[in-house]
Amino acid sequence: MAFAPFHARRSQSRSTVPKVLMRGNHVVAEAAVRAGCRFYFGYPITPQNEIPEYMSERLSKIEGGVFIQAESEIASIHMVIGASMAGGRVMTSSSGPGISLKQEGISFLSGLELPAVIVNMSRGGPGLGNIAPAQSDYFQATRGGGHGDYRTIVLAPNSGQELADLTFEAFDLADKYRTPVVILGDGMLGQMMEPVEFRPEIPIKKLPHKDWALTGAKGRPSRFIRSLILDPGEEEEHNWKLMRKYEKIAREELRWEAFAADDAKMLVVAFGTAARIAKGAVKRVREQGLKVGLIRPISLWPFPFKALRDFSKKVKHFIVFEMNMGQMVEDVRLALEGGGEVHFYGRPGGIVPTPLEVSRVITSQYYQKRLG
Amino acid sequence: MFIKTIFSGFGGQGVIMMGYLLATAGMYEQKNVTCLPSYGAEVRGGTANCTVVISTEEIASPVASEPDFAVLMNNPALLFYQNQVQSGGTLFLNSSMIDSRPVRGDIEIYEIPVNDLVKPLGEERVGNMVMLGAFIKKSALVSLDTMHRVLKDTFTNRNPAMVKLNRQALLVGYDFLGP
Amino acid sequence: MKKVFTRPKSLKSAPFHYCPGCGHSLLHRIIGEVIDEMGLQERIIGVPPAGCAVLAYNYFDIDMGEASHGRAAALATGLKRALPDRIVFTYQGDGDIAAIGTAETIHAAARGENITTIFVNNGVYGMTGGQMAPTSILGQNTTTSPGGRKEKRDGFPINLSEMLAIAKGSAYVERTAVNSPSNILKTKRAIAKAFQVQIKGAGFSLVEVLSPCPTNWKMSPVEACKWIDEVMTASFPLGVLKDFTGDKKDVH
Ligand SMILES: Cc1ncc(C[n+]2csc(CCOP(=O)(O)OP(=O)(O)O)c2C)c(N)n1
Ligand code: SF4
Ligand SMILES: [Mg+2]
Repeated sequence: MAFAPFHARRSQSRSTVPKVLMRGNHVVAEAAVRAGCRFYFGYPITPQNEIPEYMSERLSKIEGGVFIQAESEIASIHMVIGASMAGGRVMTSSSGPGISLKQEGISFLSGLELPAVIVNMSRGGPGLGNIAPAQSDYFQATRGGGHGDYRTIVLAPNSGQELADLTFEAFDLADKYRTPVVILGDGMLGQMMEPVEFRPEIPIKKLPHKDWALTGAKGRPSRFIRSLILDPGEEEEHNWKLMRKYEKIAREELRWEAFAADDAKMLVVAFGTAARIAKGAVKRVREQGLKVGLIRPISLWPFPFKALRDFSKKVKHFIVFEMNMGQMVEDVRLALEGGGEVHFYGRPGGIVPTPLEVSRVITSQYYQKRLG
Repeated sequence: MFIKTIFSGFGGQGVIMMGYLLATAGMYEQKNVTCLPSYGAEVRGGTANCTVVISTEEIASPVASEPDFAVLMNNPALLFYQNQVQSGGTLFLNSSMIDSRPVRGDIEIYEIPVNDLVKPLGEERVGNMVMLGAFIKKSALVSLDTMHRVLKDTFTNRNPAMVKLNRQALLVGYDFLGP
Repeated sequence: MKKVFTRPKSLKSAPFHYCPGCGHSLLHRIIGEVIDEMGLQERIIGVPPAGCAVLAYNYFDIDMGEASHGRAAALATGLKRALPDRIVFTYQGDGDIAAIGTAETIHAAARGENITTIFVNNGVYGMTGGQMAPTSILGQNTTTSPGGRKEKRDGFPINLSEMLAIAKGSAYVERTAVNSPSNILKTKRAIAKAFQVQIKGAGFSLVEVLSPCPTNWKMSPVEACKWIDEVMTASFPLGVLKDFTGDKKDVH
């Protein structure tokens, strides 16, 4: 819908309310522009079409803004590589099938050590699947998805406000570590409108200088950016360097949140949309006196392994809730190292479960484990 | 307070705009709000719908399985939503376009002949505002004042003439259902 | 009483989900009639695209196998090579064939792959809500070409059929439309001919069909048909682009 984005930006300055009501996809696009993104390359796919549509208009009105609807997702991710080599802040977005096609470029971005932001508003799959919200791309996002030994930072927002904030952070993280950052949303987050308060726009001049970018070797030695390293020893060193970077990210860029976890006898673990629903469910069962809390990983990679392990010293019962048939649950099991019992509840893509439904699962598990 | 409203009708009836304006008004009144429009192939059949949640608490899910209110602009919308509304809930029907009436006795029904009411205004497109006026009067979810502000902020930049017309249409609906 | 209008045998009775005035509905019917008339129902296999026609298997009562977006020509190649005596056709939109699937299509034509492609050109991405297509004409307003397609910003539209006509392996390429009774008749003849070319084993055959999308063009069905005649055909002229079947002289 064309009316929402542009009027929203304007009305923000005139109305007395600091927030604007915006569709998630528009929020990502607007936040990206404010974070200094001047290059967007994409390809239509539901449920994220509002991102390229917004960018086509927004960037065409900004000096130096570039929008291209490429001929495919493969082309668009390689356009991203080009603009990133040139030092720009650059973004692409897609969903399921399109993200699969981008994997080649994501592997290259990682090997080439180039910053970029990749948004996945995921939908039901595999194959064409459908366009309803789902979380079945967790493995693809957190395991890299393409070939080679690499990781991408994966951020999983659960609201309009977080879409804005994490988009901002994604650009900073990408530049700081010279690595691609994935924002893993879903069709619901992309389509839903919520009140959002944006950070002010960062002037392009204030963005960090990139002393590795290809700009033409004027007055300096020439540079090259490559992932092909034929010498096995050198290749090994390159991979060690990447690993050291990933270890640093795993130490320093963890993001997670706990709710009602202090006295909990049972913890629900969920991310993104599922975490919102789980929080609603946890509040319900708390009203009935059940001591249940919620852990929400916000960075899916790095995953809060240690935090979960620490909780397992006090809490022995975990429920993992996902809108897929069990992906993050593997990381939770890894984190607990056998130190807790894990029950999985999931529904495959297409249906967004209600808080009531999830609260029933929690209640039944709670009593089965004789916690109440 | 946790109130779910569904708006439904044909693509061109301004259904999503109604949802957007209601949610914005809720936001102006410091409430938590979500607004989830239908999208993609769902829209291809020509129906559009929009779910708005207004709440004093955090909103877990923007999907409303059992809405408190349903604002229905055409026959298919009535068929689809009449049995989903909560017991004790309220239906707002565009009686110019909906011939049948629900059989349930546990809900309140307001009939608003939107297409007839909008005629004197000379602009059929603002039928949705007539309906919205009737809706905010009886639902009392947001105040008329707030909605006036929302209309001003929303339309001033796009088309200033629309602010006046939309406000007029809103009042026609607001006054139609009596005090 | 003689029935003058019956549903082709090779179409199921399911009602189409397409918008009123959409060219896909007409074209499905035309293809169904050709399949019936040529007696192909039991030995034809179709490959639907990602696009508004993604659910074509709900309407055609023939074997059909889904391809991912743009890959129909490659998938059809595999099918045809495995089943050389069957008739294999792809049904693809302009985004599907002329953007993401360009490579597969050009190479299928270059190999002289013995398949038929029905290329539905409606100048937009219909299914995803009206974004710019590779075939959107200059000046055309879409949701990703605000203010109209501009060559400097958005590039020129692609005339894929003309490109495919140059390929050594293509045997028959024609552009038609479904915006008038006479054009519908020509489309039907072209599709029948394309299948004939395949049966003869002459090589790659393609029929491009200019097709109205009233919804995303934001026109009435009647206006959309007029727009094809008055505007679209200026960029995409109708006619036979290549005929190497010996039936007619090649127009190149
Ligand atoms: C890899 C991939 N990218 C994007 C999509 C989304 N998608 C579905 S159909 C389509 C294009 C539709 O346009 P067109 O081919 O012209 O067919 P039409 O709907 O206009 O008939 C797109 C981009 C997809 N399904 N797969
Ligand atoms: S959007 Fe266009 S191509 Fe798709 S069904 Fe509607 S009219 Fe046909
Ligand atoms: Mg098309």
